Amino acid sequence: MTFVLGAVFAGLLLCFIFIIRLYAVVKTGHKSKPGAKGPVAVLVVAGSGGHTTEILRLMESLSSSYTPRHYVIADTDRMSQEKVCTFESSKQQSDSETQFTIHRIPRSREVRQSLSSSVVSTLNALQYSLPLVFRLRPDMVLCNGPGTCVPLCAAALLLGILGMKKVVIVYVESICRVQTLSLTGMILYPISDYFFVQWSSLRDKYPKSIFLGRIV
Amino acid sequence: MKKVFVTVGTTSFDELIETITSAEAAQALKARGYDCLVVQVGRGALLPDADSCPHIRLEAFRYKNSLAEDIERADLIISHAGSGSCLEALGAGKPLLVVVNDKLMNNHQLELAKQLHIDSHLLYCTCSTLTETLRTMDLSVLRPFSPGQPQNFANFLDKALGIK
Repeated sequence: MTFVLGAVFAGLLLCFIFIIRLYAVVKTGHKSKPGAKGPVAVLVVAGSGGHTTEILRLMESLSSSYTPRHYVIADTDRMSQEKVCTFESSKQQSDSETQFTIHRIPRSREVRQSLSSSVVSTLNALQYSLPLVFRLRPDMVLCNGPGTCVPLCAAALLLGILGMKKVVIVYVESICRVQTLSLTGMILYPISDYFFVQWSSLRDKYPKSIFLGRIV
Repeated sequence: MKKVFVTVGTTSFDELIETITSAEAAQALKARGYDCLVVQVGRGALLPDADSCPHIRLEAFRYKNSLAEDIERADLIISHAGSGSCLEALGAGKPLLVVVNDKLMNNHQLELAKQLHIDSHLLYCTCSTLTETLRTMDLSVLRPFSPGQPQNFANFLDKALGIK
């Protein structure tokens, strides 16, 4: 009996610590200034089609302080890898060393996939995301909507919760979203450190979001 | 030669292809001085023959690696409501008429097309009103669409992350 009570108590305590840590990691994200120490390692989630086009527009604007760049692509997506490589080779690098890598993980949600089966495939994708994020240890995750963002951001959050590294989560909602957030956006809104929207109607509905006009 | 480019992206939208290649629509285009119609039909079942439309020069194809060239050559673009197609056409500075597929329900892509219509960047109709719209539309009401400013994002992020 005492053992069971002890186990329950330990479990509750762990949950409590987890929640406190989660809260601390999410709330203090704004104080994290990885750029002050040197180059910022970025993990970029390249979705598919329009998502990839939009995220590469954003990457184009970032200076060489954002190095290295690790691109993560869903493994059913054939087009994105080509787009990323074209983009990176057009980026004029003064040094010859390659500053980017490409990684593939299983897609966590196909378009129109049901919510319940999405949960299963997201858990499957998490299996691949965790080791990848723990190995790369980026300073920042940049994503804009494909479902693949969710397990990667969860893994990034876990690095912070375990006290290993605070990863700044930057989410940019697609320009296609005018009145409502995407499913991924709704999930990542509470945990992202900087959440950008591109229409004022969304900023009015989501007070934490950042609106700088259209940015892609 | 004044060209019209019709695009449905990666979707299928046979009703649009059928309507735009009909004799009435072709005559409406002709009356406005358009004499060439290029149609990209995507996954649709309908791939019209070049001689199926006697009133106007017609070219049809399913897909190309890039539609940029067709967009660049067009004087008017007629597109489905897909965000990618809309943004590409507007980015090229072309007058755009979006034809909404009213058989698709809850299509979130409509959000963007509707907003761009409210902001006077594009004209908006359905297949049933397409021919009438081609007759009566006034392209001079359209306002140019300025490209987004990713630099604002970069500046914000530099500051937020402490990059000097």
